[in-house]
Amino acid sequence: MSRKEFPLWEVFVRSKNGLDHKHCGSVHAPDPKLALQAARDVYTRRQEGVSIWVCRADHIVASDPDAKPELFDPSEDKIYRHPTFYQLPDEVNHM
Amino acid sequence: MYTQSLNTPLAQETGVKVVDNPAYEKEFNDKLDRQESIEAKDWMPDGYRKTLIRQISQHAHSEIVGMLPEGNWITRAPTLKRKAILLAKVQDEGGHGLYLYAAAETLGVSRDELFEALHSGKAKYSSIFNYPTLNWADVGVIGWLVDGAAIMNQIPLCKCSYGPYARAMVRVCKEESFHQRQGYDSLLVMMERGTQAQRDMVQDAVNRWWLPSIMMFGPHDSESTHSDQNMRWGIKRISNDDLRQKFVDATVKQAEVLGVTLPDPDLKWNEKTGHYDFGKIDWDEFWNTVNGHGQCNVDRLKDRVQAWEDGAWVRDAAIAYNEKSAARAQKKAA
Repeated sequence: MSRKEFPLWEVFVRSKNGLDHKHCGSVHAPDPKLALQAARDVYTRRQEGVSIWVCRADHIVASDPDAKPELFDPSEDKIYRHPTFYQLPDEVNHM
Repeated sequence: MYTQSLNTPLAQETGVKVVDNPAYEKEFNDKLDRQESIEAKDWMPDGYRKTLIRQISQHAHSEIVGMLPEGNWITRAPTLKRKAILLAKVQDEGGHGLYLYAAAETLGVSRDELFEALHSGKAKYSSIFNYPTLNWADVGVIGWLVDGAAIMNQIPLCKCSYGPYARAMVRVCKEESFHQRQGYDSLLVMMERGTQAQRDMVQDAVNRWWLPSIMMFGPHDSESTHSDQNMRWGIKRISNDDLRQKFVDATVKQAEVLGVTLPDPDLKWNEKTGHYDFGKIDWDEFWNTVNGHGQCNVDRLKDRVQAWEDGAWVRDAAIAYNEKSAARAQKKAA
């Protein structure tokens, strides 16, 4: 068995120009160059992308699922942030 | 390729601590009721985690072991076109294994632990890959029947409750369709434009692969111990027997168009049920094969372990290179 396991990298692929890079999976690789190569081989065999980002998985800072209420609930009662909150006269409501 | 519902004991311990908390459990169950996905960092019952690790890793192992019987024919494909297609297919199987290992790892096991379980024989993989590929028609029949059965099994998994697994399955299913169609296409060429010897070869391959293919759906529902729990957890959506029936029903017509006979004298249309009846399955053979006594178990595992061990120096060199260049970069910066 190998001395060490290759670190994990998260893979993000831009499917075409004009769109965001989107997370599509992960690969193990010893360094950035090989991580990109592995991501290309594993996730873009059928022209799924025009650009790839890889990022060490342990460099990603993620929110805690337990913190979901305190992080995301406060926006629930702020419906005035949405344009549909405002009912305007029919003649101008397409505004 | 695909997973088989085998209820073998969990080979690995994840080291993930489970906090028993009724509030968490209620939230987990509510999510399942709302058909919401469970994601990697969400609370989940220990049994759910263990079942998923077992199933996803068995599935991943099946994909990479599945490269071996077909890889056997890459150098002997009859034309450059078929060779290119087969190479692409075998590469896909490797890719499927990698998507699935990554999904399993989100549950708290490491890649090396999963490999270790496969290599030591602790973990299982689909029984279908313990049959030999004796002639070129086997490659076509694997695409048509084995990948066909796999697709039948995998489509419901695209809606599995565990998000990372479901997303991996969506990708797998898209690619799997190419596998089935290329297989059928290659058989069609042999049946329509081939010699009598080539047509016989196709029939011979069908004769050998039919039963193993319908065994891929796993034991009968009456023998499948954790089915109810897995249905509740949204890991399993359709029962083994229902999937098997769907596969048989779909395949009869395909065999007819191809011009081959499915080797089952009891196979006939049942007006009353609206399905095809089929003969008894030899479950002794199935369990024998699963438990390591099939025709090719020893070879498959030996090849797999050898590939891993032969690659060790490459992995070590890659790590050493990275450490060395990182140290050099640091020294330069200092």
